[in-house]
Amino acid sequence: MTYLKPSFRHPALPKNKVGFTKVDYEGAISTLCAGCGHDSISGAIVQACFELSIEPHKIAKISGIGCSSKTPTYFLNNSHGFNSVHGRMPSITTGANMANRDLIYLGISGDGDTASIGMGQFVHAMRRNLNLVYIVMNNGCYGLTKGQDSATADFGSVSKAGKSPSPFPAIDLAGLAMEMGVTFAARSFSGDKQQLIPLIKAAMSHTGFAIIDCISPCVTFNNNQGSTKSYDFVRDHIEATSELDFVPERKEITVQYEEGRTINVTLHDGSFVHLRKLAPNWDPTNRRIAMDGLQQAKNKGEIITGLIYIDPDSKCLHEILDTVKTPLNSLKEADLCPGSEALEVINAGMR
Amino acid sequence: MKPRKVNDMVIRFANVNGTGSASANDMFAKAVFRMGIPVSPKNIFPSNIQGLPTWFEMRISEKGYLGRRAEIDLMVGVNPATLIQDIASIHPGGYLVYDSSKLHHTEHVREDIHYIGIPMMQMCMEHYDDPRQQQLFKNIVYVGALVALLNMEMEVVKNIVRELFATKEKLIPPNFKALYLGFDYAKNNYDCPIGVCVKRINKIGDKIMMEGNAAIAIGAVYGGATVMAWYPITPSTSVAKAYETYCKKLRIEPESGKKKYAFLQAEDELAAIGMVIGAAWNGARAFTATSGPGISLMSEFIGLAYFAEIPAVIVNVQRGGPSTGMPTRTQQPDILSTAYASHGDTKHMLLFPRSPAECFEMAAQAFDLADRFQTPVFIMSDLDLGMNNHLSPPLKWDDSRKYDIGKLMSAEDLEIKEFGRYLDVDGDGICYRTIPGTHPTKGAFFTRGTSRNEYAKYTENGEDYVSMVNRILKKWETAKNYVPGPEFYQKSSKSTQGIIFFGTTTDAALEAIDILKEQGIEFDSMRVRAFPFNQEVKDFIHAHEEVFVVEQNRDAQFRSLLINELELNPAKLTPVLNYDGMPITANFITQLITKKVAVS
Ligand SMILES: Cc1ncc(C[n+]2csc(CCOP(=O)(O)OP(=O)(O)O)c2C)c(N)n1
Ligand code: SF4
Ligand SMILES: [Mg+2]
Repeated sequence: MTYLKPSFRHPALPKNKVGFTKVDYEGAISTLCAGCGHDSISGAIVQACFELSIEPHKIAKISGIGCSSKTPTYFLNNSHGFNSVHGRMPSITTGANMANRDLIYLGISGDGDTASIGMGQFVHAMRRNLNLVYIVMNNGCYGLTKGQDSATADFGSVSKAGKSPSPFPAIDLAGLAMEMGVTFAARSFSGDKQQLIPLIKAAMSHTGFAIIDCISPCVTFNNNQGSTKSYDFVRDHIEATSELDFVPERKEITVQYEEGRTINVTLHDGSFVHLRKLAPNWDPTNRRIAMDGLQQAKNKGEIITGLIYIDPDSKCLHEILDTVKTPLNSLKEADLCPGSEALEVINAGMR
Repeated sequence: MKPRKVNDMVIRFANVNGTGSASANDMFAKAVFRMGIPVSPKNIFPSNIQGLPTWFEMRISEKGYLGRRAEIDLMVGVNPATLIQDIASIHPGGYLVYDSSKLHHTEHVREDIHYIGIPMMQMCMEHYDDPRQQQLFKNIVYVGALVALLNMEMEVVKNIVRELFATKEKLIPPNFKALYLGFDYAKNNYDCPIGVCVKRINKIGDKIMMEGNAAIAIGAVYGGATVMAWYPITPSTSVAKAYETYCKKLRIEPESGKKKYAFLQAEDELAAIGMVIGAAWNGARAFTATSGPGISLMSEFIGLAYFAEIPAVIVNVQRGGPSTGMPTRTQQPDILSTAYASHGDTKHMLLFPRSPAECFEMAAQAFDLADRFQTPVFIMSDLDLGMNNHLSPPLKWDDSRKYDIGKLMSAEDLEIKEFGRYLDVDGDGICYRTIPGTHPTKGAFFTRGTSRNEYAKYTENGEDYVSMVNRILKKWETAKNYVPGPEFYQKSSKSTQGIIFFGTTTDAALEAIDILKEQGIEFDSMRVRAFPFNQEVKDFIHAHEEVFVVEQNRDAQFRSLLINELELNPAKLTPVLNYDGMPITANFITQLITKKVAVS
């Protein structure tokens, strides 16, 4: 069953720079459980895209399978979407990106979709620095198949379905990404829109692979006591690395911050990420410091959030492959077919 | 004077893998080709990089029969490890050319064959210092000896050497020297030519000699493929390699030096097909090349492309199965697993090329079919066609040809026409699609592998589902008139008996028909070129009382496909099956058929 939202629009709804209202970035009404963290992330995506003033058709939203992977139906109705197969969003996106380098690719996945069945594709897309925003809606369980533990369930965490605590160590997706040499790594929480929205904006402006490992409680199967992915547990253990603002291109930074406490990172498109550090030694442009920080937080039992690492000068897959600037999908026969004369030369070489 | 077989023989070279024999053998085959004589070389190689036995077999046939023939007239036996077996396989009256540097054992002696010893290694040791060169030039020495023994034109061979080393000129004189070491020794010690020999004729015309895999790759370049994703697997790897090679020559933007293609080695076949589907969904022509194990892995995604209606071109260069099977031997064992790949009700278009020229043509055509029907299209080649050089008509391209991109709506179309992704507007089962980025507010839809209605909205309504899958079947019906039809080898049916074949069984089947005709048994024949089968295929079978189906697998899969799809009486179709991994021969077919005809 599909729920369609009433299309009534208030005439006074504010428009963004490209003439769209926020409604233009919304999707169908969600069919997820009320209170599901995933819906909050959808909301953050809508807000980020609206504020960034991206024309909706310049975004392609691609997902795997799971409750999380269903969410692209619930945002960006005017963007093409692709709900592919379980764990394979990265390969679909790689192909799509090869075909047209000019769109923004928003990949949505779950922790089951990424950390189990899709682990291979996840790390390889990262290794190639595919220009993709990869959001993992991480609830530590398989929501859609009714709550089994996923590979991101923390050791000792208890879900509603699991009678006993998880006996295996968790895969830390942000940590793994760092290990893989990812060029943009962030962790966030579905309940912290203030942090999530600028992170999504920064990820969309980053050229290369940007992972946001977003903790997103499953209210139905993994929000109970004993779970380390419940709203309560996460709120109690969250530790932000920094507060961040995303500053679009050419906008002046007006607020002044205390010397040594702020970092500005300029992205490819001229925009900035402006960070107010909360921990004095934190530096998200230094991979080693970022990895140390992750490890230390883990030892302390903290869930570290915010922008963990960014390499704003990285080369994305198209640059590595050295493809033409024109999107490959817009090349025509004349650009592609060498013609009969060239074929005669080939034939001659076969005699 | 002894009677001689001219331009009609089978030569087999028994070598050790990784010793440089391949290029010497190719040189020899090319020389025969350049003397105007039809030749079909076949590599019989191990799944190994160095050390295991490998054979190179060449049929030379003035009549132009290119299928394999099993009776070996001349064996160049330079692999001590297989020598006993190689000697045993020589046809009575045939020849063994061997390295007489070392003494031979009594078990090597057969009364009914001729022995031609050439001290290959000994001569190389005398004339070259570097051990690697001694090894390599041994191969050239036997080529030189064959030039004398078979009465070939030395100048032709020398020209090939000159071309081969055009950029490394200093290698030409030592190669010539090796050629003459063999040539002179044979001339001085044997009565040349021997009982089999070659003679220049003019049976080649404008034909070319190349591998099917390269032809497919060139077809993909001409067909406009811009994205190629793949994972290495024999015997398909050279499709990818060739695509990259030809793109580097033909697809570089002159102003920038940048590439008008994306070539990506994926982490596995799942990713390779995912990339192809993602690219095609986004409006690029994309393809992958694989073999049986890869098809198995791709199956989930193939079903997605079928159901979500996304174009994809997949080259299946088949090899012996099941499992890892016989990875370096040929078969046609994936007919059913490809035709019905993936779970649920699925069926896929298959194209069956028989020659490099057709590999080229069908590869280019596959992209048109995939776009028009918004579905996966498979090119069903095999190891024999893909990795061996084949005599073939030249590759042809009509410059007025336009790509058929099918029903793709532009921004302007969206302004004036209603869009429903799965609306059957034209009644042919094919709907209009849009690609991402087309229009700011129109034409966006959600692609999914789950059931949906005509406007691409998720539904679990049974009626909607049934009308959707039935509409996809209608598309299948439409496709029957678009895929290449069968080829017939008679003007009209003359016999009550027919033979059906496809792909690489063609050469042997056509030769078998000639042999049977000489024996007074007349057959009508049909080469099927595509699945779905069209009306002509059906009519042919109905017009004959008994039909033989020639194929290279154990279970008569093509026959099953015919029976299943055309609702035929199985008793009418008699299987002729070769599945030992070696290309089928005409004698094999005739023997089986005459036996069956005699029984009935
Ligand atoms: C090949 C395959 N195996 C299994 C499934 C069943 N399946 C659907 S969703 C899912 C797990 C999803 O978990 P996650 O990615 O964490 O998403 P969530 O529902 O938790 O958001 C599984 C195993 C499937 N769709 N495909
Ligand atoms: S089952 Fe869990 S993850 Fe799925 S929609 Fe419900 S709350 Fe969300
Ligand atoms: Mg989950």
